[in-house]
Amino acid sequence: MANKTVLFDKHVEAGAKIVDFGGWDMPINYGSQIEEHKAVRQAAGVFDVSHMTVVDVTGDDSQVYLQKLLANDVARLKEDGKALYSGMLKEDGGVIDDLIVYRMPGWYRVVVNCSTREKDLAWMVKQAEGFSVDVNERPEFSMVAVQGPNAREKVAELLGGEQAELIRDLKVFQGKESGDWFIARTGYTGEDGLEIVLPNDVAPAFWQQLLDAGVVACGLGARDTLRLEAGMNLYGSDMDESISPLAAGMGWTIAWEPEDRDFLGRQALEAQKVAGDLPKLVGLVLETRGVLRGHQKVIAEDGSEGEITSGTFSPTLGYSIALARVPKSTGDTAHVEIRGKLHAVKVVRPPFVRNGERVYK
Amino acid sequence: MSEIRPELKYLISHEWLRVESDGTAFVGISDHAQDAMGDLVFVETPEVGSTVTAGEEAGVVESVKAASDIYAPVSGEVVAINEDLEENPEAVNNDPYGDGWMFQIKLSDPAELESLELLSADDYVAKVEEEEH
Repeated sequence: MANKTVLFDKHVEAGAKIVDFGGWDMPINYGSQIEEHKAVRQAAGVFDVSHMTVVDVTGDDSQVYLQKLLANDVARLKEDGKALYSGMLKEDGGVIDDLIVYRMPGWYRVVVNCSTREKDLAWMVKQAEGFSVDVNERPEFSMVAVQGPNAREKVAELLGGEQAELIRDLKVFQGKESGDWFIARTGYTGEDGLEIVLPNDVAPAFWQQLLDAGVVACGLGARDTLRLEAGMNLYGSDMDESISPLAAGMGWTIAWEPEDRDFLGRQALEAQKVAGDLPKLVGLVLETRGVLRGHQKVIAEDGSEGEITSGTFSPTLGYSIALARVPKSTGDTAHVEIRGKLHAVKVVRPPFVRNGERVYK
Repeated sequence: MSEIRPELKYLISHEWLRVESDGTAFVGISDHAQDAMGDLVFVETPEVGSTVTAGEEAGVVESVKAASDIYAPVSGEVVAINEDLEENPEAVNNDPYGDGWMFQIKLSDPAELESLELLSADDYVAKVEEEEH
């Protein structure tokens, strides 16, 4: 029996095509995925992301515990409300999950993926041993992402009052509580916008208000093309427990300083850094016809091989883009094998699109 | 339920065939197929003048989600392709039996129509429903 979010009936009512996503019945689209994608790039769209797992870390040792648990350093969060993207690594450096952690007044809120929920919670509880912390999942909350250039203003107008002021004052990558709501200026689309954690019982009414205000309901299909244009990794495709963050474009999320912070996976990553032979995650662009897809073979100019980890048609650019793990020696061009034929691609540094515009060179 | 045109013949792989009185036939994909694939972004048709063989690959459609081969329902020479699809592949989503046609074949052997296992609209509906359950 698949899990359903409290917005499930709303999705069905809106004609969504429902698919299984990590054990959850979720909307893949409500008609045209490309139209939903464009709504987010040009105006505002809303996604039900209640399948994602909200975990609160409380207790006296919250900070030191997270400094051990995460490759990025929560001590970098200089004020309440600030957010940090991080990998959670095994001792051997493999990525258990990627997540966002928000610093709250005296505690932390962590949002992890849905397909990794059980192993994440088990790992977090196991690593909590010896620390004075509580790790609590918060299934009583729903989560919606309202994304796009008009997203913040639309939500501010709907909520009004203090919440509107809060939304207008939020800085990028910052979240704040407002009663039992939590409103953060974060997202997975490469556009401005909000991620809102709110009580389950008020989520359907809020969802409807957003639709009535002209915000477009968007499914997980558009979420995937948007995140790929934004050059953001998808757990399970672009990295997993067998992949080092250094081979997944996540080097920037590892806080090496201070040197004496002994986070899980540190020793393995230091050895990998010295060895210097890991492949790298790059962006690929196919400006002619055809679509790059996960698992297609990439052939570098020197003949060495890699693989596409995520590929799609980019609705914003009008041609195909991909993330690929390739040998370190790969230069500015390569070939991809699509149904037996080799196609020339550009090798670029992601992201591909930010705030509605092409950004790669 | 997706739209089915009773006057057309179908393949189990979701192509439709419309036989004309001049010995040619138009080929496209069914409404059910376009709905299952989602937004189409590229349509690769065979070249005009090339020969296609019943049951063999004649083209490819790519949607945002996946690539899918197009099989020729009958054998013959390709006499026309829908050039508009190069710029507007979404025509297949919007009008799969009309503006979304893909190519036109001059049948090499009209008798083939009798020997091939082409499905009637009713049989195609039954197969689609079977697939979904």
